[in-house]
Amino acid sequence: MTAASTFPYEGHVPVLRLGGVLLVTLQGDLYDSTAEQLRQDIGETASDSAVTGVVIDLSGVEIVDSFMGRVLSDVAAMTRLLAAQTVVAGMRPAVAITLVELGLTLPGLRTALSTEDAMRQLGDEGSVLPRAGRPHRERP
Amino acid sequence: MTHSTGSVSACLPIHSDLDLVRVRQHVRQMTAHLGFGLVEQTKLVTAASELARNALVHGGGGQMECAPVTTGGIRGLRLVFSDQGPGIADLEQALSDGYTSGEGLGMGLGGARRLVHEFSIDSRRGVGTTVAVTSWISGPPRPREAH
Repeated sequence: MTAASTFPYEGHVPVLRLGGVLLVTLQGDLYDSTAEQLRQDIGETASDSAVTGVVIDLSGVEIVDSFMGRVLSDVAAMTRLLAAQTVVAGMRPAVAITLVELGLTLPGLRTALSTEDAMRQLGDEGSVLPRAGRPHRERP
Repeated sequence: MTHSTGSVSACLPIHSDLDLVRVRQHVRQMTAHLGFGLVEQTKLVTAASELARNALVHGGGGQMECAPVTTGGIRGLRLVFSDQGPGIADLEQALSDGYTSGEGLGMGLGGARRLVHEFSIDSRRGVGTTVAVTSWISGPPRPREAH
């Protein structure tokens, strides 16, 4: 369970915190070990702080295979247990088409067309600082 | 994109997750070079990723051969993944959705089969597994492909 790994990382994916939301931007081709590390990082950050939402921006990702699909659904399930919502944003159309043919529709994963949309979805649920006035609790 | 890997065939080792990245990048470059559309590129790269991971995780490592092919004037790309692992005991089961023997969602083999145009698998216990896939550049059928 230790994070120590001798694998050459392509890079560490930064997990940014914006108010109560963690923003993770994935770019290019991820090593399996980087994805595993990310799953762990999100879990730790989400439990450490008062995080109520996680946005994973996939707009820079060219492929999602079943391994990456599993990482995404694991993150969603894990954050739900930690009282936060995960929204996957900006998936490319070719990636979506491929995932469906692969048989991975990833039920339970919330999606948005852009990071901005994702933040808005979380905002509407009061995850990020709600606008004064109308807290809207309905699911889209 | 990058330098010309050209249309020569290549053989890539699969022994680490770094190699998985290389396999994906190579297939991406080859499909782009051959003129595959974006969706077809993504499908074949994804299938390659699944099959390379199978060779790595279940076969203890192996290799991918990648070669452009042509039939009746249609170009395509053929990928052959082979490992010398324990082989697959029950192919029928391994190809069914939801079957998993480890990490993943059990979509590897069956899913990869749906992403390509041609798929064949040969697995012998104690000898290893070879999976060959081919995808063709899809496009409107051409009525007059002059000889």
